[in-house]
Amino acid sequence: MSQFKYSEQQLEKAFQARVDAEQKIEPKDWMPEAYRKNLIRQMSQHAHSEVIGMQPEGNWISRAPTLRRKMVLLAKVQDEGGHALYLYSATETLGVTRDELIEALHDGRAKYASIFNYPSLSWADIGAIGWLVDGAAIVNQITLQRTSYGPYARAMVRICKEESFHQRQGYESLMVLANGSPEQKAMAQDALNRWWWPALMMFGPHDGESAHSAQSMKWKIKRKSNDELRQAFIDQTMPQIEFLGLTVPDPEMKWNEQRGSYDHGEIDWDEFQRVINGDGPCNRDRIEHHKKAHAEGAWVRDALRAYESKKRQRLAA
Amino acid sequence: MSSEQQLKLFEVFVRSKRGLDHKHVGSLHAEDAEQALEYARDCYTRRSEGVSIWVVNSSDIVASQEEDAESFYDPMDDKPYRHATHYQLPDAVNNM
Repeated sequence: MSQFKYSEQQLEKAFQARVDAEQKIEPKDWMPEAYRKNLIRQMSQHAHSEVIGMQPEGNWISRAPTLRRKMVLLAKVQDEGGHALYLYSATETLGVTRDELIEALHDGRAKYASIFNYPSLSWADIGAIGWLVDGAAIVNQITLQRTSYGPYARAMVRICKEESFHQRQGYESLMVLANGSPEQKAMAQDALNRWWWPALMMFGPHDGESAHSAQSMKWKIKRKSNDELRQAFIDQTMPQIEFLGLTVPDPEMKWNEQRGSYDHGEIDWDEFQRVINGDGPCNRDRIEHHKKAHAEGAWVRDALRAYESKKRQRLAA
Repeated sequence: MSSEQQLKLFEVFVRSKRGLDHKHVGSLHAEDAEQALEYARDCYTRRSEGVSIWVVNSSDIVASQEEDAESFYDPMDDKPYRHATHYQLPDAVNNM
């Protein structure tokens, strides 16, 4: 391709025109190398987040307070594994292998949502994760249903549909605690206090500071800016906090009549940087656990391959 | 057996519009995949029904059987908690 400079420019122009016209890019289409790379980065980060996100919730499956809560949590964690699979497979349509993606996760080149580096300390955290973490993810994912890459957009449609119960079960579970004994209500408040700020950080840095945002918006990989999405999340969540009778852990949170939106306090960006660069409460645990699970599952993958080759030999004989 | 009967069977999938999934539209006989693609164009997209065609060897398709539906899907029926409607939230916050 490189010896035809002009034609590559033309290709790029046609590509951008297609994106501008709200048409999807499909796997066999020509696309700029940087678009492909950017997508692999974002989609694999999304997939890794689904997988690593199973850890803080999985932590409570064996200790769920009732059988119903346990079945619900199992179903949710199972969904997250499935969502990772959709996303890994969609990423692989860009010409990268699953092994390469896992390797990048293990050696730290690939990131995942930094919120999963926080521990789930009490049962109330499970409600808070469903309500706030899935809630924030849904705000983001709804806009990604219109992302420019076809396989990613279609995976998002399926994920959003399946995920509709994740947030509701979390909120329902917190409603029980918030209307329970003073101790239970305190648990709910404590969970909100610890998960609120990390949930806001899920939307990433302010628009001006976001490394990939401008190009991603031009390519319509991203459809709304970090700050727009964060504001939408805050505006939809504040009434839900009030309904629970809990207090948002932000003394500067205030309804702005003029904007028709909430004004909020500044996020601790030092903490954000620290956690994203590997120094959160659970970063090492999360990756160690993933490496361990991956290594311990090797015999299953080996067995599948051995079975397949035996079957093939039998057919050939 | 005439030579025509020995042509391979291909299943044809057409993407009607960018962004949508390929949908199965039918099948045809062809001597190889490349020919199948051209026949599919002539046969299934004469009225611009699609922007992209996939052809797949019919013998490569592994299908579940409807008679197996019971053992395949039954366990899903008693898991209503996988659906959003299972969770009753008050009207004030019900737009989740």
